[in-house]
Amino acid sequence: MRLAYYPGCTLKTKARNLEEPAIASLEALGFELEEIPRWNCCGAVHSLADDDLIHQVAPVRNLIRVKEQGKDAVVTLCSFCFNTLKRANLLMKDDAEKRDTLNSFMDEEIDYSGEVRVLHLLEVLRDEIGWEALAQEVKFPLRNLKLAPYYGCTLLRPREVAIDSVENPTILREFLKALGATPVEFPESTRCCGSYQIVSSPDSISGYAWDILSSALSHGAEALVLTCPLCDYDLGQGQKELVKRHNGFKGMPLFYFTQLLALALGLDPQVCHFELNHGSPESLLRENGLLP
Amino acid sequence: MSAKKKDKSSAETMVKKEREVSKAKLIPVHIMGKRYDVPEGLTLMKAMEYAGYKFIRGCGCRGGTCGACGTVYRKPGDYRLQVALACQKTIEPDMHITQIPFFPANRAHYEFADLTSAPEEVFKLYPELFRCVACNACTKACPQGIEVMDAVSALKQGNITVAAQIGFECIQCGLCTSRCFGELVQYHMFQLARRIYGARITPRAEHLIEMTKAIDEGRFDNTLEKLRHMSEEELKELYRKREEEPVTAGEDWRPKDKTYL
Amino acid sequence: MSVSISPGRVRSEFVKKIKELSGETLQLCYQCGMCSGNCPMVSNMDLSPRQIIELARLGLEEEIANSKTVWICASCLACTVICPRGFDLSRLMEAIRLLTLRKRVDYVRPEEIPVKERGELPQIAMVSGLRKFSG
Repeated sequence: MRLAYYPGCTLKTKARNLEEPAIASLEALGFELEEIPRWNCCGAVHSLADDDLIHQVAPVRNLIRVKEQGKDAVVTLCSFCFNTLKRANLLMKDDAEKRDTLNSFMDEEIDYSGEVRVLHLLEVLRDEIGWEALAQEVKFPLRNLKLAPYYGCTLLRPREVAIDSVENPTILREFLKALGATPVEFPESTRCCGSYQIVSSPDSISGYAWDILSSALSHGAEALVLTCPLCDYDLGQGQKELVKRHNGFKGMPLFYFTQLLALALGLDPQVCHFELNHGSPESLLRENGLLP
Repeated sequence: MSAKKKDKSSAETMVKKEREVSKAKLIPVHIMGKRYDVPEGLTLMKAMEYAGYKFIRGCGCRGGTCGACGTVYRKPGDYRLQVALACQKTIEPDMHITQIPFFPANRAHYEFADLTSAPEEVFKLYPELFRCVACNACTKACPQGIEVMDAVSALKQGNITVAAQIGFECIQCGLCTSRCFGELVQYHMFQLARRIYGARITPRAEHLIEMTKAIDEGRFDNTLEKLRHMSEEELKELYRKREEEPVTAGEDWRPKDKTYL
Repeated sequence: MSVSISPGRVRSEFVKKIKELSGETLQLCYQCGMCSGNCPMVSNMDLSPRQIIELARLGLEEEIANSKTVWICASCLACTVICPRGFDLSRLMEAIRLLTLRKRVDYVRPEEIPVKERGELPQIAMVSGLRKFSG
C-alpha cells in the first residue's frame, strides 16, 4: 500500500532519526511512503487569529499537492506538521468564506476544499495495521525497557484534531505494548515542553523540561518516547545542565517512536541514527541486549 | 574604410533609423505615473530613454543577462503587477511602468573560506528564511521564470543542492525580494547556495586537478617560454597554421602535432 | 492584584479589536481559573491567564501591554481543552500579540537570535518562534 507522505523540514536535517526508521519500518510492514512532490514548510504553528489567512497558505498548499497527486490521505510523522496541516484542512472544509478567499488568493493552484485526510503515523499503525498485527511482526521485543510515552501538545490539542482521547490518551501506550516494552504512565505526558519559547526565553525551557523529565523518572521510566523534533530539542539540549544542577540525575534518553519500531522489527539499527539523539540512548539499549 | 567615411556612414544609419522611428506609430505609456507617447516596438528601456531618461544605474548588458534593469509594470484592465527586464520587454499601449533596478535588501557578510556544505550555514546567515509563508509572490515576480518559492522551500529543508539548481538562472535582479511578505532575501540566499554548491558539494573534476598539478610542476614551462620569445608575425603564423578541432570531434580527438600537449 | 477602573482608562477600541481578531466571546468566561491552574507556563507569568481575560474585557490595555504573559504563552492549548465554558484563550493571547506585532514591533527579531543557536535550533523552532514573535 502506498501512502502520500509529508515529511516536514526538520525531518530532512536534524530529525532524520525520526524519518529514516519510519520509512524503513513501513517498508518492512508492506507500506510505501510516497513523498509528496514540491512540498513546502507547513508553517509549524497554526495561526490563531481570525483575519490572518496568509499564514494558512503554507499548509493548504501542501494539501493541494496531495490532491494533485490523486491521493485522499496524507501521513505525517512530525506532530507539529500533523497539527498545522490538520487544522488548516478543517478550516478549508468548514469555513466557506475563508476557503473562497484562500482559493482565490492562490490563483495559480487548483481549488481545494478539505478533501484530503491528514493522518499521523500512529493512527496508521493503530487503524490500518492494528496493535495485535503489529505485535506479530515484532522480531526483537523491547522487553524490560521502561518507557514513558510523551505526547506533548500537538497530537492531542485542540480537541477537533486529537488522534486519541485528550484527557486520557492510550495510543502510545498501546504502541509500546505491541513492541513488547513496558509503558510507564506519568501525569506530565501531555504537558507542554515549552515549544517555541526556546527561541525567546531559552532559560525558561530547562525548568519546563525538568518538570517533565523528573516526573517520568520518579514514575520509574528509563527513557521518554517522543513524536516531535521540537520536544526532542527542548527536552534534550539542556540535559547536561540539568545533570549538573540536580543531584542524582544522570540524564534521560529520548527516543522517537519510529526508532523503537525499527528496532523491534529487527531492522538494522543504523537506520535509527542514534547519533542524532539527545541524551545518548545506546547504553540503555546495550544493557537490554537490543544493540550489539 | 577611413575613419571619416565610417563616421559619415554611421551618421546616415542613425538618421535613417530616426526616420523609421518617426514613421512608427506612437503609443502612450505611463512612466512613473506620467504619460509619454513613444514609438511602438521599443523595449521598456528604450521607451524610457526616448522619453528622456538617462541611465546611470538600472541598465547594464541590454541583453537580458545582467539583472540590472528589473522593472514592474501593469497593463490596463489587469489588477496584477507584472515584472520584466526593461531591456527585454516590448512596450504595450497604456502600460504603467517603473523600474526597481536596485533593492536595499539585507545581504549577509561572510568569509567564504570558513563556510562548509552544511545547511545550517544558510540558517545562520539568513535566519529570516524561516519567515517564509509560502505565498508564492516571489515566483510570480521572477522575470526568469524561476520557481523561487520551491528554492526557498529547499533551503528550509536544508537542501542546498536543489536550491542552487532551481536558482541557477537567477540574475540577482531582486524583484522577488521586493515583493516578499516575509522580507526574505531570496536572490542573495540563492547566490550563497550556488557558491556552497559549486565549491563544496559538486564533485571535483579529477582531470582538472591533474592538469593544474602538471602545470604547477612545469609541464608547459618550456613551451610557454618559447612562445614568449616569438615575434608577433611568428605568433600570427603559428595561429594561422594551427590544426583546428573539427566540430564533430569526439572526446578522444588529439591533434597530429603533439608538441604543445 | 488591584486595578483601578475608570471610564478614562477603559479602551473600548481595544476590546473591539481583540474580539475581532480572536473571534472569541469574552463574556463567556466566568473566572473559574481552570486555565491558570492548567497552564504549564504560569509560574513564569506576571499576570495569570485568567487575569488576562478579565483585564482584556475591561479594556485595560495598559495593564496587558505592560505584562509579559502573552509572550510566555506557548500556544499549547492546555487552557483551551480544559475550559468549561468553551472559551479559547489561545486565540485571545494571539490577538493581543498581534496588536503589538502588527505595529512592526517584533518581540524576537531573527538577527537577534545568537548565530550559534540559529545553527542548532531545529527548523520548526525557528519557524514557529518567528511566526509567533515577529510581525
